[in-house]
Formats: sequence, structure tokens, C-alpha cells
Amino acid sequence: MSILDTKPVSVSKSSSYPALAPSSSQRVSTYIYQRPWLIMILLLGLPLFWMIVIYLGSLATLLLNSFYYLDSFTGLIVRQFTLRTYANLMTRANLDIVLRTAGMASAVTLSTAMLAFPLAYYMARYASKRIKGFLYLAVLLPLWSSYLVRVYAWKLILAKEGILSWFILQTHLDWLLNALLSAPGIGGPSLSVSAIGIYIVFVYVWLPYMILPIEAALERVPKSLLEASGDLGARPGQTFRRIVLPLAFPGVVAGSIFTFSLTLGDFIVPSALGNSSFFIGQAVLSHQGTSGNLPLAAAFTVVPMAIMVLYLIGAKKLGAFDAL
Amino acid sequence: MHYKGSGNGASPLGLKAAAAAVLFFLHGPVWIILLYAFTTDEATFSFPPPGLTIKWFGIASQRNDFWEALALSLRVAATATTTAMALGTLAAAAVYRSRFFGREAISFLLILPLALPGIVTGIALRSAISLANIPFSLWTIVVGHATFCVVVVYNNVLARFRRMGSSQIEASMDLGANVFQTFRHIVLPHLATALLAGGMLAFALSFDEVIVTTFTSGQQSTLPIWIFTQLTRPRDRPVTNVVALYVIGITFIPILLAHRLTMEREETA
Repeated sequence: MSILDTKPVSVSKSSSYPALAPSSSQRVSTYIYQRPWLIMILLLGLPLFWMIVIYLGSLATLLLNSFYYLDSFTGLIVRQFTLRTYANLMTRANLDIVLRTAGMASAVTLSTAMLAFPLAYYMARYASKRIKGFLYLAVLLPLWSSYLVRVYAWKLILAKEGILSWFILQTHLDWLLNALLSAPGIGGPSLSVSAIGIYIVFVYVWLPYMILPIEAALERVPKSLLEASGDLGARPGQTFRRIVLPLAFPGVVAGSIFTFSLTLGDFIVPSALGNSSFFIGQAVLSHQGTSGNLPLAAAFTVVPMAIMVLYLIGAKKLGAFDAL
Repeated sequence: MHYKGSGNGASPLGLKAAAAAVLFFLHGPVWIILLYAFTTDEATFSFPPPGLTIKWFGIASQRNDFWEALALSLRVAATATTTAMALGTLAAAAVYRSRFFGREAISFLLILPLALPGIVTGIALRSAISLANIPFSLWTIVVGHATFCVVVVYNNVLARFRRMGSSQIEASMDLGANVFQTFRHIVLPHLATALLAGGMLAFALSFDEVIVTTFTSGQQSTLPIWIFTQLTRPRDRPVTNVVALYVIGITFIPILLAHRLTMEREETA
């Protein structure tokens, strides 16, 4: 509650003091001050205009575009309501792309959650204030910065002649690498051109987004609860499974919003490390760019959008927004 | 994975090792770039490097396409950040001031561009640009960036507003200051570091963005787009290594500053 919410008694009084003859800015101030709705319009007008007209408006044109279609003879977009673009979307090849992307997003989300947990747990429960500050920064830096550069770093690491191959050769594990690379579906000529490579890099770049919400959720687990569980005879493993994990779950869900959404909409990693098996992002990019089929690109984008809206509604129910 | 063996109460040694391993996984790869910026190998990514040299830094600094991309990225980031700072602060002030209908909806609306896949924002703006026949320019890029940067400033400023309380504003008004004076002398100094921290993060976010930019830039090339082209069709590997190193530097500095700003504030508060 701020003073601005209450009736403006003090200002009208103060303007009656002779020492404070109302200047024009004073009058404007008083005029605004006495009309809370005017303040709200002044404050909210611009941000709301931006987000609703520009952002939501663009989203609306995206939806609109998905109901147009590309005339394959003339190569022009026909601006007329039709469902045929969505019918085009339902081909076998396109569904494969959607499933491949959703599968990758799920695998990446699960793996980041498992990798994030130990660091988040250590930060929340054991780290001293100093160390915690340091770790916090260590997680924030890669979250905010140089996403592309970090993808590029893995291109160097995974290259056939790169550091990982060198390491594998030194440790005589090349038989394992070759077995992995020759596996159908996930393999490829080298790690830098394979589904395994894409998976590793996705896990790497989205990991910080998972660590922070899990840490925030764990931070809120009261120590007394863990002690009570121990006092009542639970073994550490039991306490972990039945107290810590359920309480950390909203954090995992919050983190998964980012890892899932970011993977669904990314075309950088699959283009940098993938082959001709497209992901949703690449399909959108190529339909929009080279083939000029904006309607199909738009229809393709509706898929991750729909998935994410459902996901967000579910996450809200699970209380994930408190852990953001 | 590792954490199972080391439940709470037990010795956290296993946990410590796992946490350290994750930390190494998070930061090790970036150091590789530092090494490769000095390699003499210009055709492959061979490890260990056959030799070390500093000549690529000179060669990179003579590349016009690099300088142009860098200049465009800096201009976009500066403009988008300024816009986001204004919009984010206004929205935060409104949400802090009163409990109106749809307060939650505003937070939700602001976070949407970050929560939805980047490609959605990108193609949405692209279809609006195409529908309205707007020519591509600096501004088409800026609009996209500002849209997802607003929430960063908003979150920082709103958190500061909540910590500030209302007694100082009340005191200022009681002593006869008007709305503008109170904003100028009480509210703004309080918000300054939060605003700056939010702005720094927004700058880093914008400077680094590539997915939305791909759809809103037309033929223009920002630095991330320049790197992306090199990623898919590597032509100048040594120059790319050097540029990658520059990008790390340019984005790390504002983030470290933002972190410092928010930390200092928490200690004094």
C-alpha cells in the first residue's frame, strides 16, 4: 500500500500555505494526484500498448497467416481463409519433425533436471554465504551470456579431430564412441554431426535455467522439516524421497518450462550440429525463408505455442510460478 | 544420478564432487575457445593445437564485416535496452502502486515473450512485418529485442519497489513535494541500481540474441548472426575463434556489473 492510494488530503492543504504558491507543475501534479485512474493510464498506457498491440497483435497476424495458403503455381500467398495449410502440416514427414523435437525436448528436460539437482542442492543446503554467492554468479553468467559462443565451443570440442576425440583415443574408449555413432537414429559421421551431439549441447546450454528454480525451491524447504523427518525415524534416503523431492518438484517444473520451451523453439543447435533430420525451428526457418511459405511456417509455429500454453497452464496448477 | 548416494545428513562429499563436476561442465567449454583463439591451425579444430600464435587478433581487427556486425549489435542492444528500461519501469510502478484487476495478467503478458519459444516471437513479428509491408531496418530488430527485454527490467525494478516501502514517499509528499519532485528525488535514486542492473542484463540478452533477430533483420547482420553463419558454413575458423572470445568479454562485463549492483544493494539494505 502506498500513500498514493489514499485520498489526497495533505496536498490540497499544503497548497494553501503562502510559502508554497502553486506553480504550474504543482497544479499539474495535484491534478494528476487527485485522479488515480489517470496515474494508472499514464503508467500502464505505453507498456500495455507495446505488449498488446505490437506483441499480441503480431501473434494474431501469425495465427491469421496460418489460415492463408501458398499457391504452388504462382508462388504467391493467397490471403483467404482456408484450412489447407493445416492439412499440409499433417503429413507424415512434418509429424515426424514435431515428434522428433518434442522427444528431444523431453530428453533434454529430464537430463538437465538430473544434472541440476546436485549443484542446486549443494547451493541451497551446504554452501556458505560466500560460496553461494560465487556459485550463483557461476550459474548466472552462462545463463545470460554468449549462448551462440557456447554452442560454438561444443563444435570445437565434438569435432572429429577435436579435444573429446583426442581424450577418447588417449583412454582407448574409441570402440564405445564408434558403437554410439553407428547406432541408427542417434549416430552420425562424428559427434559434431549427430543427434547425440545435439542432445549434449542442448543439455549444456539450458542447464542454468534448471539450476536456479530448483535452488530457489530447495531454499524454501525448512530445515526443521528435515529434522522432524529424521526424528520420526526416516533414513536420509527416505527423507530425500518423501520430503525433499516433492517440495523441490515445483522448482523442477518451473525449470522445465524454460528447458522445454527453449528446445522446442531452437534452430541454432540442430543447424550447427545436425544433419538433414529437421527440428521444428529449422522447418519454420526454411519454410519462411527459402520456400517463402509463410503460412506453413506460421502453422508449424502454432504447434510449440499450443504445447507451451498447455504446459504453462499445467505448471501454474503445480505452483511452479512461485519458484521462478 | 550421483545425488542418490548422498542424501542429506550424510557426508556431503559425494554431493560436493557431483556439484563440482556440474560446475566444470558448465564452464570448461568456454575455456576451450580461449585456447583455440591462439591456435596456428586454420583449417580444422585439431587438438592439441599444432602451435600458438596471436596473429588472428590482428587479422580479425581488419575485417570490415566484423566491425559492421559489431556496430549494428551495439546500436540494437543500446536502443532496445533504453526502450525496455522505460517500459519495464512504467509497468513495475503501475503493478506496485495498486492492486487492480489483471495485475497477474500483466506479469504473465510480460513474461510470455521469454516463456514462449523464441521462434514464435520471431515468426510472429515477421508475419506482422510482411502483412504491414514494413521494410527491414534497425527498428524492426529493436522492436523484437525490446519485447523480450521488458520483463527483465520489470522484475528487477518491481523487486526494488517492494523492498523500498512507502514511508519515504509519504514523508516526501507530507513535506510538500509534488508527484514529480517525489519521483525525481526519492523514487528514482532508490530505483537507480535496480534499473541499471536490469538494463545491463537486458543489454547482454539483446547483444546475444539470434533466433528472433533471424526473422526481423532481413539482410542486416548482427554479430550473433555473423557467428551463426560461420557455424553452419565455416569459412574463417580462426577469425571466428577470436570473435567468439570478444563476444564473451562484451557480454560478461555487463552481467558482472549487474550482479555487483544488486549484491551491494542487498548488503546495505
